[in-house]
Amino acid sequence: MAAKLKGWKEIPEAGTIVEPGNARNYKTGGWRSDRPVWNKETCIHCFFCWIWCPDMAVQVDQANKKMTGINLEYCKGCGVCAEVCPKKCFTMKNEKELTNE
Amino acid sequence: MSTIQKNKLSLTGNQAAAEAMRQIDPDVVAAYPITPQTEIVMAFSQFHADGKVNTEMIRVESEHSAMSACIGSASAGARTMTATSSQGLALMHEMVFIAASLRLPIVMPVVNRALSGPINIHCDHSDTMAERDSGWIQIFAENPQEVYDHMFLAMKLAEHPDVQLPVMVNQDGFITSHGVEIVDVLEDKAVKDFVGEYKPKTPLLDLKHPVTMGALDLYDYYFEHKRQQAEAVKRAFGLFDKVAGDVSKLTGRKYPMVETYQFDDADYVIVTMSSAAGTTKFVIDSLRAQGTKVGLLKIRLFRPFPYKIISGLLKGKKGVAVLDRSASFGAFSPVYTEIMNSCYYLDARPNIYPVVFGLGGRDLTPKLIESVYTGLIGNKFKTDQIEYLGVRE
Ligand code: SF4
Ligand code: SF4
Repeated sequence: MAAKLKGWKEIPEAGTIVEPGNARNYKTGGWRSDRPVWNKETCIHCFFCWIWCPDMAVQVDQANKKMTGINLEYCKGCGVCAEVCPKKCFTMKNEKELTNE
Repeated sequence: MSTIQKNKLSLTGNQAAAEAMRQIDPDVVAAYPITPQTEIVMAFSQFHADGKVNTEMIRVESEHSAMSACIGSASAGARTMTATSSQGLALMHEMVFIAASLRLPIVMPVVNRALSGPINIHCDHSDTMAERDSGWIQIFAENPQEVYDHMFLAMKLAEHPDVQLPVMVNQDGFITSHGVEIVDVLEDKAVKDFVGEYKPKTPLLDLKHPVTMGALDLYDYYFEHKRQQAEAVKRAFGLFDKVAGDVSKLTGRKYPMVETYQFDDADYVIVTMSSAAGTTKFVIDSLRAQGTKVGLLKIRLFRPFPYKIISGLLKGKKGVAVLDRSASFGAFSPVYTEIMNSCYYLDARPNIYPVVFGLGGRDLTPKLIESVYTGLIGNKFKTDQIEYLGVRE
């Protein structure tokens, strides 16, 4: 998941970000200790989770106005989605336990 | 400001700095007055009020804000200047590091004054030395003429596309800043042509190429950016002589990183910076008249430090006294430390003695300097013991 880190000669000086929107290249999924596991069945597609997620990790099908799941490359497991969901669709599960399962 | 003859003005060090700022006509000056720098801001404000500059003048409520505003304006892409002293520089401290890290070519005259406490308004170098690891280029002037000339050198070096670093133009508080001397002043147009138009690399106001500056930078890239910064300072070192040479073409005066006086055949040498060098030259003249082989090594460029040039010069000398105008409590002073670093690998290593002088504006009299030379010649100092010159027992 982690992108190859660049050497000091290959990057813009002073930490200046010269390419707009490149936060996309910065995968924050590795930070996660708890993963939001989504229950599709109870979801009413209100998009609360989509609007609140600080990492824009909630994926939606815009044409059909449906929530479609979480992009785990960016979800850092903060649990905000689980907190705001009116239908309690998310269970925060420990990554370690998920790996063991 | 009285004119003696065309282009020769009698100016204090402060006025010389302000005159240079007027001629450079920066886009933005954000400054806060502090003794002994006040006159720079005062004189420049007058130029501003009289419509002699096109500068946007930002009157801030503190030095922390002054440097913050400078960082903002330099990031936007504006040619930016400020000036400070002592507590003002100390209050800027966190922003001083940020200015260098963001690679912003701000030029700042620093009128060196002792740091509190006890509170004192007179000259020593404790203010600028506390910033020596900040990433700024530090140049030291002996007299008002050097202050004036260093300003253009600083501007040109700071804005060089391969450098992009801020520069402190140091002068001694009161001794230089308030001492009137004749300063050879260039024509406005010559300065204007020399500094040219500033072309920032990634200005925030270039809306066609949006950038983010100062974003969070953690253990995965911070170190690489620091490595780049080290390289930029190294490039500044490599370009210094070229830029200084360009200033020379304009003024006819020379600005080596390290200057010597009666040096080549000298057995005993004083190493120092700023106005102390002037007094030392005076003492050398009288001692030389008596047949004593004494000399001076004056450091103009302290950051980046010219290690190799200095070791080459000090090689084979009998005795070297390093006169520091600041103390590092529990350690040797900054200039002495660098001189030792320069000379460690020499085969013919001279005895090098640490001398601290002039703290809080204590006068460095010719007599005191003479006592250093006689001490060197008479082998009276100890290499591992700091000599406090002019302190009462
Ligand atoms: S907040 Fe809950 S109900 Fe609303 S879209 Fe997200 S998961 Fe579905
Ligand atoms: S846990 Fe946090 S980061 Fe992950 S999807 Fe939910 S709100 Fe977004």
